[in-house]
Amino acid sequence: MASESNITTESYLPEGMPLPAPMPDGLDAPFWEGTRAHTLLVQRCNACGTFQFGPEWICHKCRSSDVGWAQCSGRGKVYAFERVWHPVHKALRDKGPYLITLVELPDAGNVRMVGNLLGDPQQDVKIGDDVEVVWEDHQDVTLVQWRRPGQ
Amino acid sequence: MTDYSIKDKVAIVGIGETRYYKAGQAPVSEFQLALEAIQKAVADAGLRIEDVDGFASYSDDRNDPTRLAGALGIPQIQFSNMHWGGGGGGMAGAVGNAAAAVVAGYAKHVVAFRALAQGQFGRFGQGHAGARVRGAAAYTAPYGLMSPAQMFAMRTQRFMHEHKISQEALCGISLASYKHAQENPRAVMYGRPFTRESYYNARWIVEPFRLFDCCQENDGAAAVVLTRADRARDLRHKPVYLMAAAQGTGYRQWVPAHNDPDYATSNFKTLAPRLYDMAGIGPKDVDVAQVYENFTGGVLMSLVEHGLCDADEAEAFCTNGNLEWPNGKLPLNTSGGNLAEAYMHGLELVLEGVRQLRGDSTCQVKDARVCLVAAGPMVSPVSNLLLRN
Repeated sequence: MASESNITTESYLPEGMPLPAPMPDGLDAPFWEGTRAHTLLVQRCNACGTFQFGPEWICHKCRSSDVGWAQCSGRGKVYAFERVWHPVHKALRDKGPYLITLVELPDAGNVRMVGNLLGDPQQDVKIGDDVEVVWEDHQDVTLVQWRRPGQ
Repeated sequence: MTDYSIKDKVAIVGIGETRYYKAGQAPVSEFQLALEAIQKAVADAGLRIEDVDGFASYSDDRNDPTRLAGALGIPQIQFSNMHWGGGGGGMAGAVGNAAAAVVAGYAKHVVAFRALAQGQFGRFGQGHAGARVRGAAAYTAPYGLMSPAQMFAMRTQRFMHEHKISQEALCGISLASYKHAQENPRAVMYGRPFTRESYYNARWIVEPFRLFDCCQENDGAAAVVLTRADRARDLRHKPVYLMAAAQGTGYRQWVPAHNDPDYATSNFKTLAPRLYDMAGIGPKDVDVAQVYENFTGGVLMSLVEHGLCDADEAEAFCTNGNLEWPNGKLPLNTSGGNLAEAYMHGLELVLEGVRQLRGDSTCQVKDARVCLVAAGPMVSPVSNLLLRN
């Protein structure tokens, strides 16, 4: 995959990690269908415009049940991060350190999403750093990952 | 005006615990541990098992009151209660619920307890093994964010960033617990002297947590007996009264994918003012504090949110021995707590609070009158207590 592309089939964490599946009640199906289509969707209330993530059946602000989905740019900022050293899943046993970041999305009401920060796990990370979305394609599901812009 | 609160109406009159074991080393079943701690607490109160008519616990304790009452031959159960929420967030809540039952007249002698031998069932510290995850876990587990340490390190990192707090503060909290455990023969870490170097030489678990920022996992059980204040005065020990109890959670805490609007919090911001208000005292009246340590970072935020120190001065407050008995400003977790005494999901902290107010602690704070017990932190719901003698 060319480095300028934000789509990869190379997974950051080893094979064998749990993968997401939509909830049986359909609440988050649009989100996961969106990631599959390489589109970042965040729930937005059609009545009052409030963003929310994860999805809910009603808007937490105005309680309207007319809640839709808005596409966002996929550009965000590091709100918090952590470097994990101790593996708690068998697939991570020999992985070594990895970075998880909590990303704030300014164009979606500052909702946050969790992902890995791609690249060197020992890199210096600062709260407030700019990141952009990377689509990590698996066989039947796509994860939302993050990297430095243009990395 | 009618006082509808529980203030001063209930006392803890008995405490009991089993020996505390390293995880997986209890020679008996978890249920046997529960039976032992309950019987010891009742005996400590000078009551008979037949006097017990209620049970309260939390964190989905597996030892349900029906089975306990059957095994113990208790004539009748009048109150049984499970506090929602995992981990230790319901520890003080279970005690508060027991107190409410006593004041409401549901039951006369209620035992709040916790029994743990997680190795016989499943550990909290392990990740999900399933191939597919749904709901809130779908937004975190695929990225390797699955253990409690990983959930809470993220919040702690943010808090430390917002208030320019270094690792030294976490080290100070860890040192206090381990130091106090050296005085306490019940502590699993008794006889394991611990220094700043031990702290910094330990491996990272997940930054900013090193090994000794994390609670132990242990086998054991602990229990306390509560009854109405007027009955408490005729029992064996000097009663330890509940000045206040609170439980709950703040605005949209723990909505999925770490979207809590107020993120870097121990979740005590709404509880602490209610707690002090019910007790009619303030943070300056707290002589000794028992604050649940799942991880040191949560203790740091709990101290701030209970008004015991200012966020921007928290590092100075948590270092230089300020949290250490006997000379510190605010001796913290004087039995060794979850870090170094035993991880009974925090119930051992209530027992230690009672010991402090009876004058029986192995790190006895001179003239201790008021003890704060905080349960949670960073989870939802959380809970807390103010105890006095």
